[in-house]
Amino acid sequence: MTFLLLCPNCGPRAVEEFITTGEVTVRPTAAPSRRELSRYIYFRTNAAGSQREWWYHRHGCELWFLAERDTRTNEVLGTELPPATRPEAG
Amino acid sequence: MRDIFLRRRMWRRRPELQRNYDAVIIGGGSHGLATAYYLAKNHGLTDVCVLEKSYIGSGAAGRNTTIIRSNYRTPEGAEFYQRSVELYERLSAELGYNLMFSQIGHLTLAHTERAMVTMAERAEVNQLLGIRSRVVDASGVKELCPEIEIGDTVTWPIMGALYHEPGGIIRHDAVVWGYARGADRLGVEIHNATEVTGIERSNGKVTGVQTTRGPIACDTVVSCTAGWSTLLANMVGVELPIWTSILQAFVTEPVKPFLDVVIVSSQMHVYISQTDRGEFLIGAEVEPYSTYSTRATFPFLEYSARHVLELFPQLGGLKVLRQWAGICDMSPDYSPIMGVTEVDGFIVDCGWGTYGFKAAPIVGTTLAELVAAGTTPALIEPFALERFYDDLPVSELAAAAVSH
Repeated sequence: MTFLLLCPNCGPRAVEEFITTGEVTVRPTAAPSRRELSRYIYFRTNAAGSQREWWYHRHGCELWFLAERDTRTNEVLGTELPPATRPEAG
Repeated sequence: MRDIFLRRRMWRRRPELQRNYDAVIIGGGSHGLATAYYLAKNHGLTDVCVLEKSYIGSGAAGRNTTIIRSNYRTPEGAEFYQRSVELYERLSAELGYNLMFSQIGHLTLAHTERAMVTMAERAEVNQLLGIRSRVVDASGVKELCPEIEIGDTVTWPIMGALYHEPGGIIRHDAVVWGYARGADRLGVEIHNATEVTGIERSNGKVTGVQTTRGPIACDTVVSCTAGWSTLLANMVGVELPIWTSILQAFVTEPVKPFLDVVIVSSQMHVYISQTDRGEFLIGAEVEPYSTYSTRATFPFLEYSARHVLELFPQLGGLKVLRQWAGICDMSPDYSPIMGVTEVDGFIVDCGWGTYGFKAAPIVGTTLAELVAAGTTPALIEPFALERFYDDLPVSELAAAAVSH
């Protein structure tokens, strides 16, 4: 085990049970230029420090959730359900 | 007596850090030092300094698994790395420094029909460019490497491989020291323990750098900082399409030589070679999450050891001597990012993922040409940062990494 992630469903689990799609990005607004679209697709903040990112509990409950993690130490500062899937939203 | 010792010194007397240089190279790894060396040797530019925040070769240059090859998938990539291999072949003689380059051959194993097709594609691309690569079947693998387990009792039986004759291993520290000594003798200054903390710009043009030892004025800054590239580029306001992660490796205790070819398996996420000291050097794939922490992990060791033992069960009794991690710049298309940026005088050399070390000589040659002549050499045009804004990636996923 490298470090623990707190799955909102299953509790603390080894990071090897999860996959990540990396940092949370912001979609460009309607009718982006090609440059804006390319920037959204390829360019990353790649923070050395606290980073908000997407995780998926692949070998578990198959939940997508958000985590705040310090990329310098791999300390997970917190996890939460994405706003659209929180019970109060639906 | 005194003269004899003076003549045998490895380095010149350490120069004082100046307040002004024509060019500042950030990062004392294989790329930065090679660039400095070729700037001095090919272009006569010696008012150059290399700033290294730790000691030379302390980053990726000292942590890689020393494999040299040019069996890439895209014509742009294969041609580029082929030029690098050719430079490596002559480098010991040129630098007067034994780099212990052993072209023992390189086998990329295929465990599926799909992988065999990829190997055939790579062989075709390579042969068209005059690179010696060919596909061999399982018995061919056994012939080239009698010690390997090719039976069907393993998890992923071997169907064949891409055999790349000029591939091999080299002594990575010697590459760093050889280039550093060569650059030093030609008059380039190398400053260890000098960290760049900021880059100055004015009217879209680089004017200098801030360091932990004070400011330096310069017109050209070349960033060769592997995993820290994003942080360096941010200092000057340049965005990069990079995420940073770690690549790990471990080495066993030394045994008598029996493996004289490099073995790579994408499916099993391992590459294996036996060093000149007899140690088995085993590397893997980057961790799937971004991180700047170079702490090695136990799951990697467990996973890699399990796969290595499927290929070489006879290594079962060996003890692991040490394990380490190095940080890598992962680019979206698994090709490097080299050349000019929108900030005049700020040149990037990044996005090298897990395959930067093997490119050091050609990176040095082409970047030196770019700095000296001010025009981008044709060989590195496909790797410009601008390609991501134009949505024109050079996809090297099939050959650059072990992950596919």
